[in-house]
Amino acid sequence: MSTSAANGGPLVEVEHLKQYFPIKGGIVFDREIARVHAVDDVTFAIRPGETFGLVGESGCGKSTLARCVLRLLEPTAGTVRFEGTDVTHFGRHAMRPLRRQMQMIFQDPYASLNPRKRIGQIVGDPIKLHGRAKGGAQVKTKVQDLLERVGLSPEHYNRFPHEFSGGQRQRIGVARALALEPKLIVADEPVSALDVSIQAQIINLLDDLQDEFGLTYIFVAHDLGVVRHVSDRVAVMYLGKIVEVSPADALYDQPIHPYTAALLSAIPIPDPKANFARERIVLQGDVPSPIDPPAACRFHTRCPRATEVCSVVEPPLVDYGDGHLAACHHPMGVSVAELQRAVVAKESPQGAGTETPVLAEAARDWAAGPGSDTATTAGAPAAGAGDGTATAEHPPGS
Amino acid sequence: MTVNPAASEPLLSVEDLSVRFRTEDGVVRAVDHVSFELRPGEVLAIVGESGCGKSVTSQTIMGLTRSPNTEFDGRIMFGGVDLVAADDQQLRKLRGSDIAMIFQDPMTSLHPVYRVGWQIAEQIRAHEKVTKAQARERAIELLDRVGIPQPERRVDNYPHEFSGGMRQRAMIAMALANKPRILIADEPTTALDVTIQAQIIELLSGLRGELGSVVLITHDLGVVAEIADRVLVMYAGMIVESGTLAEIFYDPQHPYTWGLLGSLARVDRDRPGRLPSIKGMPPSLINRPPGCPFAPRCPHEFDQCAQLPPIEQRVATPAHLDRCWLTPEQKLVKRVVEGQIGLRAGAT
Repeated sequence: MSTSAANGGPLVEVEHLKQYFPIKGGIVFDREIARVHAVDDVTFAIRPGETFGLVGESGCGKSTLARCVLRLLEPTAGTVRFEGTDVTHFGRHAMRPLRRQMQMIFQDPYASLNPRKRIGQIVGDPIKLHGRAKGGAQVKTKVQDLLERVGLSPEHYNRFPHEFSGGQRQRIGVARALALEPKLIVADEPVSALDVSIQAQIINLLDDLQDEFGLTYIFVAHDLGVVRHVSDRVAVMYLGKIVEVSPADALYDQPIHPYTAALLSAIPIPDPKANFARERIVLQGDVPSPIDPPAACRFHTRCPRATEVCSVVEPPLVDYGDGHLAACHHPMGVSVAELQRAVVAKESPQGAGTETPVLAEAARDWAAGPGSDTATTAGAPAAGAGDGTATAEHPPGS
Repeated sequence: MTVNPAASEPLLSVEDLSVRFRTEDGVVRAVDHVSFELRPGEVLAIVGESGCGKSVTSQTIMGLTRSPNTEFDGRIMFGGVDLVAADDQQLRKLRGSDIAMIFQDPMTSLHPVYRVGWQIAEQIRAHEKVTKAQARERAIELLDRVGIPQPERRVDNYPHEFSGGMRQRAMIAMALANKPRILIADEPTTALDVTIQAQIIELLSGLRGELGSVVLITHDLGVVAEIADRVLVMYAGMIVESGTLAEIFYDPQHPYTWGLLGSLARVDRDRPGRLPSIKGMPPSLINRPPGCPFAPRCPHEFDQCAQLPPIEQRVATPAHLDRCWLTPEQKLVKRVVEGQIGLRAGAT
């Protein structure tokens, strides 16, 4: 696993990555008085050509995680490997040739383009800096090709950013990211600043470019609809932890973690009848502070299913098959057979429990009789209740 | 859903309102001959994308767009007063008491150096003769009503001690303070995370009884589907379609509405291979060419679109108005894309 490279191995591997930010204070000396646990022991791998979605609410660490992967931040602990090479502690100089391979698209197209530079410079400078073209004329042709490729016109070469609309600016950002023919593109909320009809254009553009250039995307967003549309796999983050990771369709059809279910049910559906018909889980309160996150399961303070164990033992990431992993003591909509097959995944955080406590609980439920008082699915969309399979469901406080 | 809209007199009526801004580059026709009525107890949603005039319309109701460079036409009638022609003193009486407003960004709409409770109490004292202590008591009640825990303690907090969702709750408390007959909510949930958005929507739905009428400005059709009774769809400063919630979602008549409904990445349906999008971008509001403003982006454009269609009833259901030359029969066919309502793909 650690020596995997271009021959079929993952493009990006992240192991037990931690990123803490110190909070400093003090009268005479600048002492560290606390730490923001932005990313706390996260493990995943991304295959070449895959789109990996990262979702979560503000402050859950999704952007920080993406920035760690790009090595824009120096991780506190853990490793980041790119094409099998450990880049965790590479310095600026060592990172430089790798920078060409990994590019970023930013959220705000109004802030991410230098207003004093012409489009030609904005897109062309990386090409020059990395010596990807000889002479100004060649750079210009390259830039104009790129502009055409992202749906702008070559005449835009000499324009300034203020002459463009938000959607067009985002296209310029995409062209800049493509300029160095990277392997990995991290798109941090690339469409959230855009209007709906323009969002769809940019998403389709990113889709086309992926097919054309074989790109790998890390797609960071808070809009679950958009993430589902673009992603092959999705990781849900909450307060610095990955709570669930799964192929996209499975995550949306059958969320296992209560937080994922709550996130999904919080999305207003643009269909009045469907909205009226469904039962919503409205989480109470706000996300706790990442400076002093809740012990054990970080979601237990807001979780409708939380029990005592949730505040004592950190739930391990458990593999329920087909790459569907979730970190919860009280998984939703999982059949007994799935529970029996479940194993603690190698991606599980180091501090987490090592058993699959769900098994013990499921057995107890099972003994009580399948489908007794606990066969509700608490708002999980399309969860398999009522089809005869026993589910490992608990009423809160059981 | 609880009111019968047709049965009651309008509370507010906007009659042929136009708002133009003179700028260095030319005259921006931000709102162009907009007419609608707001009935007691209803939630009216105005949807559209950036620059469609939805916020300018609502701000004009409050008299917030007045400036030497703004020109108005038409009337906004509220309780026998024309709000366009009203003087500042008349408006000041109405603002906050009869018509209240909450804004998109709860981070910037509270004053950072005053305590939250003080800001709510100030609002009460501006319109009613009450003592400071009484106003403070009312502020505590209001904070409690909008679901802020420990209101007796929180009333003395500063805005920076509140989270985003709590600030929006405080804004709602402030808007409710004088029992307004109209609440204008301009993108009330856009700046919030989805779980907090769900809380605020739940709160607003729960308060419906005491809110009077609500004008909800939003670009999010999901939020509209949650709480609106009637919907206006705006594009390039004009209303292109208006109707009840069900009419707009299940029998939309204007291609722009189809495009809006179709281009959403939805979690409740199988994902399409490509997300249907609307090609191009909204027209400039300076020197807008004549004819249908949506025609340059519309795959169904034909000769007649060179003339601006009037907004009128073209279907059997009364009060369902639209601005498109296609016949209802043509629309039934043209609006279906892969089994769903959407806009047929053009070049993106």
